[in-house]
Amino acid sequence: MKFITYLETISGIGIYPLVSLLIFFLFFVILFVRVIFMDKTFINEMGQLPLEDNKDGNETMLGI
Amino acid sequence: MEIEKFYYDNKIVRNFAWATVIWGVVGMLVGLIAALQLIWPVFNFELPYTTFGRIRPLHTNAVIFAFVGNGIFTGLYYSLQRLCKARMFSDLLSNINFWGWQLIIVAAAVSLPLGFTTSKEYAELEWPIDIAITILWVVFGINMMGTIIKRREKHIYVAIWFFIATFVTVAVLHIVNSFEMPVSFMKSYSMYAGVQDALVQWWYGHNAVAFFLTTPYLGLMYYFIPKAANRPVYSYRLSIIHFWALIFLYIWAGPHHLLYTALPNWAQSLGTVFSIMLIAPSWGGMINGLLTLRGAWDKVRESVVLKFMVVAVTAYGMATFEGPMLSLKNVNAISHFTDWTIAHVHVGALGWNGFLTFGILYWLMPRLYRTELFSKKLAGFHFWIGTIGILFYAIPMYWAGFTQSLMWKEFTADGFLKYPNFLETVTQIVPMYRLRAVGGGLYLIGVIVMVYNLYRTAKSGNLLANEEAEAPALAKQPVLHNPGEHWHRRLERKPVMMLVFSLIMILIGGMVEMIPTFLVKENIPTISSVKPYTPLELEGRDIYIREGCYNCHSQMVRPFRSETERYGEYSKAGEFVYDHPFLWGSKRTGPDLHRVGGKYPDSWHFNHMEDPTSMSPGSLMPSYPWLIENQLDVENLPKKISVMQKLGVPYPDGYEKTQARTDLDHQAAAIAGRLSKDGIEVMADREIIALIAYLQRLGTDIKAEPKTASN
Repeated sequence: MKFITYLETISGIGIYPLVSLLIFFLFFVILFVRVIFMDKTFINEMGQLPLEDNKDGNETMLGI
Repeated sequence: MEIEKFYYDNKIVRNFAWATVIWGVVGMLVGLIAALQLIWPVFNFELPYTTFGRIRPLHTNAVIFAFVGNGIFTGLYYSLQRLCKARMFSDLLSNINFWGWQLIIVAAAVSLPLGFTTSKEYAELEWPIDIAITILWVVFGINMMGTIIKRREKHIYVAIWFFIATFVTVAVLHIVNSFEMPVSFMKSYSMYAGVQDALVQWWYGHNAVAFFLTTPYLGLMYYFIPKAANRPVYSYRLSIIHFWALIFLYIWAGPHHLLYTALPNWAQSLGTVFSIMLIAPSWGGMINGLLTLRGAWDKVRESVVLKFMVVAVTAYGMATFEGPMLSLKNVNAISHFTDWTIAHVHVGALGWNGFLTFGILYWLMPRLYRTELFSKKLAGFHFWIGTIGILFYAIPMYWAGFTQSLMWKEFTADGFLKYPNFLETVTQIVPMYRLRAVGGGLYLIGVIVMVYNLYRTAKSGNLLANEEAEAPALAKQPVLHNPGEHWHRRLERKPVMMLVFSLIMILIGGMVEMIPTFLVKENIPTISSVKPYTPLELEGRDIYIREGCYNCHSQMVRPFRSETERYGEYSKAGEFVYDHPFLWGSKRTGPDLHRVGGKYPDSWHFNHMEDPTSMSPGSLMPSYPWLIENQLDVENLPKKISVMQKLGVPYPDGYEKTQARTDLDHQAAAIAGRLSKDGIEVMADREIIALIAYLQRLGTDIKAEPKTASN
């Protein structure tokens, strides 16, 4: 398990953090734009999922 | 559409809920004992099993994996069934998950006090338990994914994404960080060494916080807050961004635990940048949680469940703001190795994890037992005493952290350290330790009150073991594939795709961080005078690990004048190339030990280990009388040497056969001889001799270095 000796050098190690930052930035921007344009009724439907078995409003609190 | 009738498994939820409660009390009680040990060393009981070095990992493991672990399963097994409109995939797997997890906890609770530890924080458990954890995690994964696949609800709610990401990431973290080569049953050496080991460990350590203490609890937040408030989450759009941004960013942030250490600079900067960016998704999540209560704040006044949840989410927000701040190098220079870190993690553990768990339990238990909570008053009392407990815990610890750090760094006008004796900076903060113990005590009282309250609740009701529900089968719903639909909507129906996506996300970060360090030789400048440990030193190092010395002593002198003045030359990456595992530590309750070699005579160490106060009056360190009595066990020495050889440590061929033992005896006799000259008669085959050999070696290699090479 001599990890250090597999390769002697990689030139331009600085590109690693740069590339990763770029990947994230692009991913984030695309995600953001697409999420903004998502269908509103669908969004509302999804938000309601945990509440579907709340048959009546008072039941959820049980007084506590 | 045909309606199917099925039953939710509430029994497994109940089991996990009680395990959460019981292990919570145990874990916090152990924490309180550790807090008392730092005020009165007598609470170490002069027993090997109860010293701080073994108790502290027991506390952290119990709270993280026993209390929060069972808390995760409680909330997950309850919410997943309902969000999927399906019973858990397999009752058998559910039960294996439950009993297996408890068994692993018991194994940890026994093995850690016995001194079986890998020394890697939050991953201390030895290799057989690591394997058991892996198997059990797979069982849990199959059960969860199976449930999601056979669900009756078309879409996968955001809480479930967090659960999936938790499953896949914890699996990767655990496996990668647990690469270790067994020496014997319950003893192994990390496959990584020095800087690499540190990087992998803190990549793990940080993401254990992220993917064990945070993402699953965010899943619970996204289910239980809307449930308790009876209104949908504030913004479902925000939750999508929250999820993807959080899991992508978190995995990169690990190196912020290693700022100013011997870790390569580019990796440190990477950790800092991603930590700062983490504020965005974390606060997005917090805002989403809190704004779910918009227009329902009147309910918070009446509902203790919501009170707990509001404080929990607020604590999450505070901790996730503080975290990025702590990862700034200039702030980290002050906070690192001090009690500031302890304050930070306890805002997270007591506030976020603790209070969210309590909120869920108060909401859940009356439902499982089909009754009302036994006493709302007691629950209210728990809320207030818990909140006050957190304040009494955190504020003194912040104070202690600042105070100690400033004392470490203070110079006189003449340019000398103002507090050259480390102990002065410790005795100064003991009053803060007392207040902290009060805070922890108050918090624990609250939990005990909760146990009574929940017990009485359970007694007054009866468990609804199988809860009836109805839903149309999914397969009978309209066709799944719809070419024109939104990409994310498709993803929301495909759990395996979600799993793969999450995996890719976290692997990008992990690989970019670690592969260069593994591959590039220039990242770890070698120092020619750094040699492997002698057999006696290696045995001594294992005693250092067994006793958990690294819990209070770092081995990492940072490149600050205040540290080089106090300890000596700053630590270089190349000095650790034979350290399997690394022992840099994360907290200085006592001074750094990296340059302790040669600083004191052997007799000083002997007397200090027998009774620390004899050498340092007022010291909080426990005594280690058993090291003087115990004979050094060298049975595994040949195996240890050959394992080290396999890991790349250049011991000569065949060294383990006889020469290692001869060298060991030789060195031991020399140390016993020096002790004898100072009037201390001790047999050369005692454990203390090995420990002294190791301590005297620490950090001395570079002193033999010809002046040409540098880092």
